[in-house]
Amino acid sequence: MRYLRPMIAVTTTLFYANSVLADNEMDTFKQQLNALQKDYEERIQMLNARLLKTEKNTQQVNTKVHQIDVKLKQKEFSPVISRAQNTFNPAISLILDGRYASFDNDPDDYKLPGFALGAESGLGEKGFTVGHTELVMSANIDDKFYGKMTIAIAEHEAEAEVELEEAFIQTQGLGNGLTVKAGRFFSEIGYQNVQHAHSWDFADAPLIYRGLFGNQLIDDGLQIIYVAPTDTFLQLGAEVLSGNRFPAGGQHNGAGAWTTFADIGGDIGIEHSWQLGLSYWQADDVVGRESGGHSHGNSAVEETPSFTGSSEINALDLVYKWSPNGNPRNKNFKFQFEYFDRKENGGVTMLNSGPPVETTSYDGHQKGWYVQVVYQFQSQWRAGLRHDQLNVNNTGSDADVLEEAGLSNEGHTAKRVSAMVEWLPSEFSRIRLQYNRDESYEKSDNQVFLQYTMSLGSHGAHQY
Amino acid sequence: MLHQMIKIVGFSVLLQLLCSNTVYAQIKVFACEPEWAALARALGGHAVKVHSATTAQQDPHHIQARPSLIAKVRRADLLVCTGAELEVGWLPLLLRKSGNAKIQPNSPGYFMTADHITLLEKPVVLDRSLGDIHAAGNPHFHFDPHRMLQIAHALTARLTKINAKNSGLYQQKLLQFSEQWQQAILKWKKRTQVLRGKRIVVSHNSWVYLSQWLGLVKVATLEPKPGIPPSSRHLSKVLGQLKQKPADMILYADYQNNKSARWLSQRTEIISIGLPYSVADEESLIHWFDRLLDRLLPVES
Repeated sequence: MRYLRPMIAVTTTLFYANSVLADNEMDTFKQQLNALQKDYEERIQMLNARLLKTEKNTQQVNTKVHQIDVKLKQKEFSPVISRAQNTFNPAISLILDGRYASFDNDPDDYKLPGFALGAESGLGEKGFTVGHTELVMSANIDDKFYGKMTIAIAEHEAEAEVELEEAFIQTQGLGNGLTVKAGRFFSEIGYQNVQHAHSWDFADAPLIYRGLFGNQLIDDGLQIIYVAPTDTFLQLGAEVLSGNRFPAGGQHNGAGAWTTFADIGGDIGIEHSWQLGLSYWQADDVVGRESGGHSHGNSAVEETPSFTGSSEINALDLVYKWSPNGNPRNKNFKFQFEYFDRKENGGVTMLNSGPPVETTSYDGHQKGWYVQVVYQFQSQWRAGLRHDQLNVNNTGSDADVLEEAGLSNEGHTAKRVSAMVEWLPSEFSRIRLQYNRDESYEKSDNQVFLQYTMSLGSHGAHQY
Repeated sequence: MLHQMIKIVGFSVLLQLLCSNTVYAQIKVFACEPEWAALARALGGHAVKVHSATTAQQDPHHIQARPSLIAKVRRADLLVCTGAELEVGWLPLLLRKSGNAKIQPNSPGYFMTADHITLLEKPVVLDRSLGDIHAAGNPHFHFDPHRMLQIAHALTARLTKINAKNSGLYQQKLLQFSEQWQQAILKWKKRTQVLRGKRIVVSHNSWVYLSQWLGLVKVATLEPKPGIPPSSRHLSKVLGQLKQKPADMILYADYQNNKSARWLSQRTEIISIGLPYSVADEESLIHWFDRLLDRLLPVES
């Protein structure tokens, strides 16, 4: 093809040079030549087209080869199924917790005037202690149910106690925003109540939680939650509970206690989020709710206050969080506020007292709130402040018995201020230093905790 | 007083429920990361309504199960997420709290992109002393355009399964997407030829797939272990290593803390480059890749 044009040129020159040829002969030649030229041009065009086509084909083949190459490369690595947390085995995690605690006052003298404290509401021991060791197992049971169990192992007076904290089943994707839970679980009352102790922001529970629930409201029963199909998060729920655990008490045929709650929440832009909750707990028929024994120095037998009557709690909680660009990894801020109000009506008897047995009518009104802020200022450091305050107004027919039962506020308003700083080497470990100025009762206490909390095994959930 | 308020709220919700059933039915897609949101938008066209749970500025591993996300999952018809344990801290919680049957594991509305491709860096030993590793492999595969194409095919199949009525539209969108995508791949390949064999330092192991695609060679990582922030001891070790044998660039994701990258860059005079980790709002995947390569390429001029 490359030679065609010069060839034509040369031939043409030759013909023109031969001017002796007759005119009509020239014409024939010219015609023939034109035909020839036309023929060649057509052929050139055809060849050009074929060449273009071949080039295109080669390009396509190259692309295909590259794709196959990539696929082959990918095949060298074993295929993966990323579905389950741990395929068929339950996700298991273990929480190790230990602390060093220092108190100015004797922790055995601890009391919260106006509140008959539950069994686990003390300050804990001073010095080095192993805290709550928790073993958690959970898994999807099948496509309909999810199950979880938490065992807490704690030592009380040199004896290891195993406590079943949670053991529940929960529906998965029941549809229409409904979820049903059955078994033993943390009640949805308040905000912090559903959180395990190891995910709290401070080493101890807020005073009002300590006073009302013995740190946390746990009961056996049934819970139903409905999430509304709205853009703003709206959740309504109710629980029917056995009511035989603190702060209720006694055996009941039906429900011994019940709760209702509503939460709304959402985002403001990309950096802010919030949640507001209202909740209500009621136990109409509390029978013989005993509080942690108040030892009377000289007496061998403990006199234990026992409450029988009705009890109801109203609660309000508000949480607000901020992080730059909504990315909490390196920096974030959290504000948390909760308010509880409990009214009780009935009678209090001092067990093992007398004769005659000491007893009084009881009309209790206890309020309390706390507010806390936590700021994560670097990816591995957090610091926080908390303020607690209680307000008690209990009355009864026999003020002396009330005082004996620890239900008198002793003219004192319980307060506490806490500050903490945490170091988080990774998502799974935390070391915390906390200081409390504790004015739970008239003798103020300085408390210092150095605490580690570590989680082993399956990845925990990032709860809001 | 409180349960009266709760009752009022309950009634208003019921009212809303009764009134809201007349809206035109688009498939509601909940995408965990913006790249999947962009893919779903490209493949679903007007038949889908896509919400992205995160932005390119957020670390998809460290998200909390916020109330707003529960509300979104509650109403989703299709979940498009990475899988491979990237969202392990929050997605299972959202699923459990949503009470939504359509998007539970093993239902058609549950689409994990990692299930449709093969992953690199599947660890042989699972031990947290090695950092926050993912048992299924490295989940940052959205940087590989070839895997993206595989995922596009799988996602179209899933959209068709959920919403057969619009299958014609989905086929047409896929054809359109894959044609444009393959052309783009060829273009990117030509553009990035110069990057082959370049030595890079990375902040987190997020660039494995990008490196494999572009032929970059990783020589050091700023995080001593995945998910563990760079320590000064580790950084000085990397510095020493780079003084001996320099690299061509230091890469970090836009959302990551770039302090250590800048520190190292100042001391070694190696350029540090912040790369857009994912697509910005409403941006197309092709545009994002173009932008990503634009940032990488000025090194050459």
